[in-house]
Amino acid sequence: MNAVIRVKHLTKNFKDVKAVNDLSFSVEEGQVYGFLGQNGAGKSTTIRMLLTLIRPSSGDIEIFGLNLMKHRKEILRQIGAIIERPDLYKYLTALENLRIFAAMSGVKVSEQKLKEQLEMVGLADRAHSKVKTYSQGMKQRLGIATALVHDPKLIILDEPTNGLDPQGIADIRNLILQLSKEMNKTLLISSHLLSEMELIADSMIIIDKGQKVVEGKVNALFDPAETIVELKTTDDSACYEKIQQSPLKKILNGKRNDCLLLKLHRYEIPGVIKELIKMDVNILSFYSKHSLEDYFLSLTAHPHVEAFKN
Amino acid sequence: MLKLLRIELFKIFKRPRTYIAFGAIAAIVLLFQIGMKFDGKSYLDLILSDVKDTFEVSDDFKNRLLNGYFICFAILNILLIQMPLLVALVAGDAIAGEANMGTLRLSLTRPVSRTEYMLVKFMASVIYTIMLLLFLAVFALFGSMLIFGTNTLVVFRSTEIHMMNSFDVMWRYVAAFGYAAVALTTVSALAFLLSVFAENSIGPIIATMSIVIVFTILSEFNIPLYDKTIKPYLFTTHMVAWKGFFYVQSDAENKTIDGTVQNLPAIMRSMGILIGYIIAFTGSAIWIFKRKDILT
Repeated sequence: MNAVIRVKHLTKNFKDVKAVNDLSFSVEEGQVYGFLGQNGAGKSTTIRMLLTLIRPSSGDIEIFGLNLMKHRKEILRQIGAIIERPDLYKYLTALENLRIFAAMSGVKVSEQKLKEQLEMVGLADRAHSKVKTYSQGMKQRLGIATALVHDPKLIILDEPTNGLDPQGIADIRNLILQLSKEMNKTLLISSHLLSEMELIADSMIIIDKGQKVVEGKVNALFDPAETIVELKTTDDSACYEKIQQSPLKKILNGKRNDCLLLKLHRYEIPGVIKELIKMDVNILSFYSKHSLEDYFLSLTAHPHVEAFKN
Repeated sequence: MLKLLRIELFKIFKRPRTYIAFGAIAAIVLLFQIGMKFDGKSYLDLILSDVKDTFEVSDDFKNRLLNGYFICFAILNILLIQMPLLVALVAGDAIAGEANMGTLRLSLTRPVSRTEYMLVKFMASVIYTIMLLLFLAVFALFGSMLIFGTNTLVVFRSTEIHMMNSFDVMWRYVAAFGYAAVALTTVSALAFLLSVFAENSIGPIIATMSIVIVFTILSEFNIPLYDKTIKPYLFTTHMVAWKGFFYVQSDAENKTIDGTVQNLPAIMRSMGILIGYIIAFTGSAIWIFKRKDILT
């Protein structure tokens, strides 16, 4: 497969702050690529560099095999993007907004095609309404329509589900899957919602403090068999001591104020419960958490995250 | 580029705030014309009070004085001081307004170079300025000509009186409006430059207004020390040079020489300085914007 995006040793300094630090990754053609990190991890800065909104302090960006700085216009012609909120001209109608951004993309788009775009995002019946009358979800869908209006090969969406209700999130997710599977587009999507990424991304990168923490295929990074269990007992400290002195020590993953953490294969769960009962541990709850969340937190945990978890 | 310019003009003229300036001009001109229609003589008495000791002013002279050309000149005297504020409304909003709406980042992800983007934005605000002036010309000049008719134009300058035959006036207005377009474009360029630094259009609009007001006050200072040290460098000093087109040369018998202007080189020099300011302001805006990280 060809790499549509190839980022090498990308760094961005804002005075003394390193927002992105020696970041390298590549996105293959036809992939949905998840770009994950906590707020302030450097996702938006990286995306803005990919879209030439921010100048890198150092490093190289190649898109479609071309140097981004040298072939800016040529590359941007084939990219559709939303950065954070889909802010549009509120005093114009959806159709007028779409017409403007199509014209700015340098392609001639027929009125029919514009209407089809609105149809695709479910806004055909509100084509002539001013954007200021739209809900957040409708603005988001219109934003996606503006990103797609010139039929780009690469679509970059920065936090596309921000501020949406569950139905809105599901709509965007379905649209992304449609773009990827039916229209064979390459998508780079940034998010801090891991559960969403897990549902749509083929590959992903997790960044923290501007640096790559891990990159790879989602199914390889996330083994559904591995799970983190939150164990609550009548006396966590006593239980912790008992586990430390037992064969279960190898699965002990940590201790929080209100529970113990065990990391184990899900098939081990029944045996571990039997063992705990044998050890005379009074179990209040045995809760298996989504491991991707924990995986993410374990990779990007900071003191404030720990405090939040506690 | 033409397509982008069309988009820019479409956006400007779709915004309700764009029409504030047109409405303000229409209201001021109309009120002035109504006032002059019903109480023009009192206004003239006020203006002539400075020269009535030197010249005998008959009622017939007053009646001839109160014509469309004179009314337009009076309106321009009032409005060309206020119009920079109206121009700043659009130019100050050019970049900062887009940043504030969040559409700047979306626009710059399109295959448009930043220089192209800035040039188009600036050209659009210049077109807006010219349209304001054309609107003013239609209302103030042609409107007044219709209401008050045409006759000799008399312009007062301190203790001097400049008289122009009616056939010798129109070209002066064309030149004056042309000059005013350059003068207002200078303000537009300043607001445009300030707009690059802001993420909200209020800041550059107020900053432009403040600079114009402070510079205008400095330009009016009657302190000889400043005549050669500060005033020549203030663009506001040169913005009022359009009046020069209405100061005529006269012969030995003090009769007006048709088609002449008292000091054309001074007007051209002032215009050159304003064009220099426009290039400096716009060039700086483009240079800064090309290097700017878009974080909004």
